[in-house]
This record gives sequence, C-alpha cells and structure tokens, in this order.
Amino acid sequence: MSDLQRTPLRDFHAAHGARLVDFAGWEMPVQYRSILEEHKAVRRAAGLFDVSHMGEVDVRGPEAGQFLNHLVTNDVAKLYPGRVLYSPMCYPTGGVVDDLLVYMRGTDDYFLCINAGNIAKDLAWIRGQATRFAVTITDRCADYALLAVQGPRAAEIVQSLTGAKLGLVKYYHFTEGTVAGIHCLISRTGYTGEDGFELYHAAGDAVALAEAILAAGAPRGLELAGLGARDSLRLEAGYPLYGHEITQDISPLTAGLGWTVKLDKGADFIGRDALVAEKQNGAPHTVVFFKTGDRRIVRAETPVLGADGAVVGRVLSGTLTPILNEAIGSALVTTAAAAQPLAVEIRGTKLNLHLVKPPFVALKKASP
Amino acid sequence: MSNVPADLRYAKSHEWVKLESDGTAIVGITDYAQSALGDITYVQLPKVGATLKAGETFGVVESVKAASDLYAPVAGTVVATNSGLASAPESLNTAPYDGAWMLKLKLANPADVATLLDADAYQKLLG
Repeated sequence: MSDLQRTPLRDFHAAHGARLVDFAGWEMPVQYRSILEEHKAVRRAAGLFDVSHMGEVDVRGPEAGQFLNHLVTNDVAKLYPGRVLYSPMCYPTGGVVDDLLVYMRGTDDYFLCINAGNIAKDLAWIRGQATRFAVTITDRCADYALLAVQGPRAAEIVQSLTGAKLGLVKYYHFTEGTVAGIHCLISRTGYTGEDGFELYHAAGDAVALAEAILAAGAPRGLELAGLGARDSLRLEAGYPLYGHEITQDISPLTAGLGWTVKLDKGADFIGRDALVAEKQNGAPHTVVFFKTGDRRIVRAETPVLGADGAVVGRVLSGTLTPILNEAIGSALVTTAAAAQPLAVEIRGTKLNLHLVKPPFVALKKASP
Repeated sequence: MSNVPADLRYAKSHEWVKLESDGTAIVGITDYAQSALGDITYVQLPKVGATLKAGETFGVVESVKAASDLYAPVAGTVVATNSGLASAPESLNTAPYDGAWMLKLKLANPADVATLLDADAYQKLLG
C-alpha cells in the first residue's frame, strides 16, 4: 500500500491492531477489533474515529459568503460566526459535486470540510466557480488532522480534556479552544447520528490528541472505531454517502435531501434551475431506505424488483445493523415503483424490502 | 498469526476437517478464513442428507465485507449441521475450530482425508 496517502495516525492505528485498507486512495483503518462491536460501542458509549483523510478548505475574502451561497444549495446567509451548515454542492444539472460542511468563523472567513475522495475534483470546481468573486481559496488538507468522538458519552469525555464550555456549543455549532492542551476547532457535528464532536487540529498534534482521548475515554467505554463502523452507523442514521445516495447523477431532491435545497433563499446558485424543474415536474427516480427482517446483507448494485418481478432499480448501500440484527440499505428506484411492493433476490431467495423513513434506530440527533 | 491446530487437515479453500474414529468427519472454516472475512453475519448450510462431492459448494458464509462460497474438502453425506450458527454466526469469529463447526459428514472414503494438507503444509500456504 506504498502509493497510498497516510494520515498522521497511520502508525497509531497499526499499533492498536487496525486492519488498514485502501479507502479513496488513503491507507485507513476499516476496523480494529470488529466492525459490529465498534458500531455497538458508539451507540452504547463512544467511539474515536480518525477522519483526517477528509479535506479542509479556507474560503476568505469580502465576497466569501456571497460566493458560498452561489456554490452550495443550502442557505449560507443564515450562518453566523460559530455556526455549521451541511449542504450539497451541485453541478448545473442538479447532480452533486460533493456534500460538505460550511463553517463560518467570521464575516469574511469560512472553512469547508469535504470528502477525501473528492478533494482534487472539489478544489478544481470551487476555484473554477470563484473567479468572479473577491475570495481566496486555500487548500488546507495537509495542515489539519481530524478526530471524531461520537456517542452518548462523547461530551463527557471531551469535556474532561477541555476548559471550553461544551454545554454552550449546540449541535451544528463550533468553538475554538484547547483539548488536552492542543488547539482545536471543536465542532459539535458527526456522521453517526449520535451526539459528538469533530476536532480539527494541526496534523503534528494528532497522535498526542488521539492518545489523550483514548486514555480519557477508555474508562468510559470509548473504543477506537474504524471506517467500517462509520459506514454502518451513517447508514443506520439515514445519512447519505457521496458516491452512493448522492452522485453526479443523483440530485439532492432525488436523494430525499430537499431540506438542504433552499430554492427560495434569495440568491441564485449552481444547479437551481435544474432543481426547480425537478421539483415542479417530479423526479423519475427516488432514493428509498429499507430493511428486510433477514440477516443476509443486500449489497450495493443488487437489482431491485417491482411487484411484477421486473427490475425497477438498484441498491445503493447495504449493511447489517448490529442494533436491529437485520439487513438495512438504500436503493434508487423508479418513483412509480416506490409505492409498490419491492423485493430483491439473494442467491435464489426472494426478500421483500420494507421501506423505512430513517433513522432506523431512535437517535438523539436525527438530522444534521 | 493464524491458529493452525496440528491435529486437523486443511483444504486450500480454507476449510478444516477433523477425522473422527467412527469414520465421520467434522468440517469448518479456518482461523485464517474467519479473520480474512471479518465480522461474520450469516451462514447458509446444506440440509442433513445432502451428498457432497469433493470441491462442491456446500454453503455460503457472509461477512460485513463480502459473501463467500464454502467448498466440501472431501466427498460425503451430511449427517448433521451446526444449527447454532443461524442465530450466532459471529461465533465463527471467536471459535472457528470448536463451537463454530459447520458440518458432520459420513465420508464416502475416509482415506480421502489423508490427501488434504496437514498443518505444516497449510501454514506454508498461508505464508
């Protein structure tokens, strides 16, 4: 795996028994002990994830807010310093370039967190769109490491390491302060559906911060958690993953993310015309979430069958939830078929899909 | 480092066989196999009475990562299956040689077992 990029925690992971795999060109821990056990630990107590492969971008300048409101579908004008916004970023077709978090630090000072697999594409896209605006786009990917502490005991664990008053930092808000003596952007966000924090910090501090969180968290039930559990947790929470539920061919409206598309925000934005048309005319396809009542995992690309047995779509993501002990997933199906019985066939066995409005399990934090 | 018990025989497809004194054999998957698969979530086994040829697919083991076919290391008739695996497939991750056996076969020819890899040869295969 010598051609893969590494986070500052690569050797930390190896020393803690991680199974390292190629994820979007990065050598990342897919699991330490067990994907299912790590998943349960996050729902029960807490998990520590290295997500330093995610990309960070500074957007600064007198027109930074105006530019971002043109770039993304959600309403950046509603932000204030200390507020975080989740948004898709679309092509003119309404298809998705990426989904990202927008952090407002000050009037002229924003910060983006983007998906690891899309960093080069996003930077080229963002810079290409920025030419008409008085903004400076700076790639900060190599400067930052990112640790996520997620779970019902995450706040207690992080609070034990910081003087920052975390009780004052609401969901989708952030503050700056030190955690274990290390300067961090402390963001009350995450990708698990649990309460928790994402801690952006200088790459050189990552090992010290991870060791401190592990030491403070282990007595409180925190476990190291890999990307395997991160994926099953996000699917159980009903969160989209770029390349699965949202792609350049699956718009945020098709994906059920209408709440992130502010057609009436008072600013034109890339993809607006296509998304207005999709909303008016109805989309030919829709993303649905399902469970099966069976343990057999319904894997991505499995054909979805309609009532008459004809193929009406395909599975986008599939896993087994160790909380419900059954297969769950998402699928892209024709809008007409979504109201009819759906099924898949796995090794000759027909399994009915029971459509569910996610999250699949009760969560304190259901949507970003 | 995978656990490779000395008293078992092995197929290149990572099943183990234990020859019993009554001419039957117990079949399961190796520690290497369970580790490579990761969290095991589902096991599909044949019905009692099924006859298997050597190398024939007898079932499927699924993990969070992937589904893999299971191959009969030797020919025989299924006389018992481990029903506990249906509700606790994860026991394959913790006890691949003990609690999480898969099949008991009445062998077509008990001498076939000697044609499988011994522990040293299987360990060499794993590298």
